[in-house]
This record gives sequence, structure tokens and C-alpha cells, in this order.
Amino acid sequence: MGDTDTRSPARPRRPRKSRPQPETLVAYYRQMLLIRRFEERAARAYTEAKIGGYCHLNLGEEATVTGLMAALESRDYLFTNYREHGYALARGIESRRVMAELYGRSTGVSKGWGGSMHLFDTESRLLGGYGIVGGQLPLATGAALAISYRGGDEVVMCQMGDGTTNIGAFHESLNMAALWELPIVYVVVNNGLGMGTTVAHSSAEPELYRRAAAYRMEGARVDGSDVAAVRDAAHAAIDRARSQSKPFLLETVSPRLKGHSVVDPARYRSAEEKDALKAAEPLARLALELEEAGALSAEDRDKLDAEVKAEVEDAAAFADGSPHPDVSTLFDYTYATPVPGESRRLPADPLF
Amino acid sequence: MATVTYRQALRDTLRAEMLRDEDVFLMGEEIGVFEGSYKITEGLLKEFGPRRVRDTPIAEEGFVGAAIGAAMLGLRPVVEIMTINFSLLALDQIVNHAAKIYGMFGGQCSVPMVIRTPGGGGQQLGATHSQNVELFYSFIPGLKVLAPSTPAEASAMLKAAIRDDDPVLFLENLSLYNTRGEVPDEVVPAEIGRAAVIRAGTDITIIAYSRMAHVAAEVAERLAGEGVSAEVVDLRSLRPLDRETVVESVRRTGCAVVAEDDWLTYGIGAEIAATIQEGAFDWLDAPVRRVAMAEVPLPYSKPLELAALPSADSLVTAVRDTLRATGRR
Repeated sequence: MGDTDTRSPARPRRPRKSRPQPETLVAYYRQMLLIRRFEERAARAYTEAKIGGYCHLNLGEEATVTGLMAALESRDYLFTNYREHGYALARGIESRRVMAELYGRSTGVSKGWGGSMHLFDTESRLLGGYGIVGGQLPLATGAALAISYRGGDEVVMCQMGDGTTNIGAFHESLNMAALWELPIVYVVVNNGLGMGTTVAHSSAEPELYRRAAAYRMEGARVDGSDVAAVRDAAHAAIDRARSQSKPFLLETVSPRLKGHSVVDPARYRSAEEKDALKAAEPLARLALELEEAGALSAEDRDKLDAEVKAEVEDAAAFADGSPHPDVSTLFDYTYATPVPGESRRLPADPLF
Repeated sequence: MATVTYRQALRDTLRAEMLRDEDVFLMGEEIGVFEGSYKITEGLLKEFGPRRVRDTPIAEEGFVGAAIGAAMLGLRPVVEIMTINFSLLALDQIVNHAAKIYGMFGGQCSVPMVIRTPGGGGQQLGATHSQNVELFYSFIPGLKVLAPSTPAEASAMLKAAIRDDDPVLFLENLSLYNTRGEVPDEVVPAEIGRAAVIRAGTDITIIAYSRMAHVAAEVAERLAGEGVSAEVVDLRSLRPLDRETVVESVRRTGCAVVAEDDWLTYGIGAEIAATIQEGAFDWLDAPVRRVAMAEVPLPYSKPLELAALPSADSLVTAVRDTLRATGRR
């Protein structure tokens, strides 16, 4: 949370379950580390102009991303916003294919058509990163409707940022999901800031999970820097959605370590805020916990770091060495069912 | 072959497609218990139940988006938006999501859905309820926009739209619902993207769609009495646009008038006129004229509304002017 909030946030819920086994936590640590290093590498590639457009990073949200994805089963569906690189990695998509999409190459998850904001993978059921704030909510709600229509046992998770809770699509979607009893878990990743605007400055009810009450929906807030707590809270929400076909609104309170996107230096933050962010840093927190528990020594940690760095470097090299999509494919994806009269003209081509 | 109203043709087609394919279902405001604002879904809730005929809250962005999401998982939703005016509330979902998902994700996921919605002025519904904003959608690659003018075409095109794997905006018109026409017992799905010459002629081409196709046919009939042979092209599909049929006709007749129910500037008529100048420049004997709605928010007052809307009389005037400009007579 940003320290500029005028109201202090509710105390995050304590995890209900006991701490996971150390080896599980080490695996989470590795996942978080991969996201951290991947995002740092992406930021570098962006400054080197290897990545174009916008580039929003999950830095600081590694515990949230990892905890949520640990709870989501492979049969379940995921919709996210545009800050989704980490979700794609944690969903099991090869880091090479994710990085290649950022580089706009044909080997990317969306064949170079989507870029950073529009990662999609049918196999892992990541049904899209979406660039319009709130755009993914009605879609995810409709996917849950399709599951309900067919009597399936899958669940949809729909991730969004804190700023999204003020857009109409949020309210329209939550209302329909509650009304129709759809198996969906909405997750608000509250990093305290919508670009540069604080939650307190934009939301009349800054305890965002409470908004579920307006739809007689269950909601909860969890410490987004605690991977096990996030996993357990998400688990409970997903189980409930699956077994009772009831929607849920989960809020995770996670720091956004850097600016809104790679190009944002976050000058609107005070020095105190920056110090607080460092204290909330989820990787350092878990590393300390694992070290104290004797599960991961500093040496082991360095080894993991070297492994992860090598993977990320390999991903960047793969992306850089991959071909751009061929210009001849420009008209391949306008329509799924081809039709006569469809325009396939380049800018200077005549009509006749 | 039965003679039915445009309304009945739509209803019968929805029912037939729902019987044929369990994945086809309906969503929209007041389509179930109320049986549709314009009764297109009459009796369908009773027959198919609330799972397949789903009344929605007044939340166009939400339920249109939900239909897109359901389509992404392979269902074939047919959404009714009460009038095209209200589709503006769902513009983000239609333009930024329905139209983009197939391309934006590199062809991994299609959106097989239909949005049915009526447009049209002339009912004294005032400025916000009388628009024809199909132009907004016709502008967008990734969408298909159909505008059938007869019961038979409404049926054949709706069938094609439901079976198509892309998002289709299916444009109806309030003034067409009670029009009657023959519909075959076995309706063959239309080929999307084809215009039709609905009346052959040699002197001039009138290009129109939806309600204005009827007005154009009426005008052609009237002018035949004066010895003018007008050809009428019904566009039927606004995206993709069948430019070949339009240009081929104008190359034979040497002049053209475009009739549309929408505002003139930047309109569909502008696109047709540009197509004709590029494809039939050397064949043209007169400038292409456009007949369109006066560029005002449509007033409630009946005389003002009538003055603003294109009519048979205004089309006749434009056709006569154009023929005169050719210098042929």
C-alpha cells in the first residue's frame, strides 16, 4: 500500500493453514526469483529498444503472482490485465516464448501479434492479458458462464489492478457473477497506485475487497507479500467457486517496487515510501524466512540465482535470435472464417 | 415457402438454430420473460428455459463482454441489444475485444458470436433512440456487419452469422419488423460479404441497404413509369463490403446515387462514392450523389423528423438530378 493512504488498511488476513513444507517454499522462492530476474531482464531489453510499446512489470508482486498460480489448477482458466509476464511464467509457459513475445517475434506466445500486454496461451489456459483497464472482467465472467452452461468443474480466475475497481465493467461483472452464481474468483492486486494515483485518492471505499458486499459476494484481503498466505486464500476462494459455484473477490496487498511501466521513474513517491517498499520486499522476506528455517542457505540462494539468471539470459538470446513474423502473414488473423471482399491491401495498393 | 414477417423470420431462425446446436444460446435485456422489446424472442423462454434464453441486467458492456467470453470457450451466443443506440455502452467490448481477440492473440482464439440490434429513425423516438451507428462497426476490421432487408435474407444471413466463427453485428431496422416476404422452408445460410442486384436496370445505379433498399426499389418502380431504368444494388453486408458488385453495376449504368439512413459526412455513402470513383472513374457520366439523413440530432417533432430523414421523394430528386447531369437526356 502507498503510505499516502489517509485510511490505514485493514489488517491482512492471517493464513489459515500451517506453513507449507520447506521444499514447497523453496520452489515458490525459485518461481518468484524467476519472475524477478525475468522482469529485470525485460526492463533492460526495453531500454535497449529490443522491446517496444508499453512494458509493465510484476516487480514486487512476485509472491502474489506465485501464490495465486500455485492455487490455480491446470484445468482452470486465467484472465489478466496487462501486467502479466509473471503469470505466464508461473502458469508454466516457457520463459523463451514469453520473452519472444515481448520482442515481437513469431516464436512468442501470441506469435508477435500481442506484445507485452497481450500474452495468450491456449494450452495453459491463459486466456489473455488485456490492455484496456477492466476489459477482461466481462470476458472472464462470460468464460465462467460458459463453464456453468456446460456443467463443467473448472474455475476462472480474473486478475486486475486496484484502479480497475472503479470502472463500470467491474460492477457489471460482479453483479452478473453473483446473480448467476458463476465459478469465478476476481483478484484485485492492490499495489496502492493506479499509475500515479493512490487508492485513497480514487476509491471512496479503499478497502477494495469490501466492494464484494454490494453484490452479496464473499471477499477477503490478504498480505500479497506472503506467498503462502496468498496461496491459501486463493485456494479457499477457488475451492468454494468450484464446489458451490459462487464467485469471490480476493484482494492482495502487494507493493509495486518500480513505476507504472518501465519508463515511469515514480517521482511521485516520497523517500519514506521507497524505504517502506524495500521493507515489504517479498523475495528478501521469503529468503530470510527460509534461511532462518535452515531450508535455503545463502549459498543455495546464490546457486538458484545463477540458475535463474542463466534461464533468463537464454530466453533473451532465444528471443533476439528468433525471426520477426513474415510480412506475408499480415492478413492471416483478421477473420477466423474467411469471407469474400475482405481487404488485404497494403497502404498504397489500389482498390481496383 | 411461407410468407412471414421479418420479425417471424428472425424468431423462426433463432429457434431452428437453437434446436440444431446446443451451443447456441440467447442473452439480452428483456428477451425472456418479456419476450423481447420487439418480440423477436417470443415463446423461446418457454420452449428452451432460462439457461438458453438468459435475461440480463441493464449492463450492455457487461453482458456483451460476457457473451464474448462465453464465445471464447466455444459457445455461440446470440446477443440482443435492445437498440443500436445502446450498443454505444458496449463499444469497448465490441471494438477492443470482440474484434481484436482473434488477431491480437495470433489466431489462437476465435469469437463466434452474433449481436442482433435494430436501428432506425422515423418512430418519433428522439435524438438518442433514432440513430444508425452501424458505421462505427463497419469501420472495424475483425467485425462482420450484416444488414438484411427482407425476411428471406434476414433468415439466411442470421443462420450464416450464427454459424460463422467471427463476431457479427446483425443490423435490423424497426421499420422492417412488420414487412412481409416469402421465406423458403429450407433456408440455406447466406454467403457473408455479397451484395445483390435486387432490380436490374441500365440508366443509373442506386446503392442502398436495410430500410433504404426498400425505398430504392420503390423509387426504381416509380421511375420506370417515366421511362427510367434504374438498377438497385442492396449492399447486404457493410463489412466486408462487396465493392465489385457496386462497381460492375456502375460501369454498366454510368452513374450512381447512394441512399443511406445515416448522416452524410464520413458515412457509408462516402465509402461507396470513393469506391466508385476509383473503380469506375472512366465510366462515370456524372458525379456520384448521396442521399442521407440531415446532419442534426434527430428531433422528436414529426414534421422536423420527416424533413430530416431520407425518403422516396428525396431519392427521386437526387436520381433525376444525376440523370440530368449526365447530359444523356
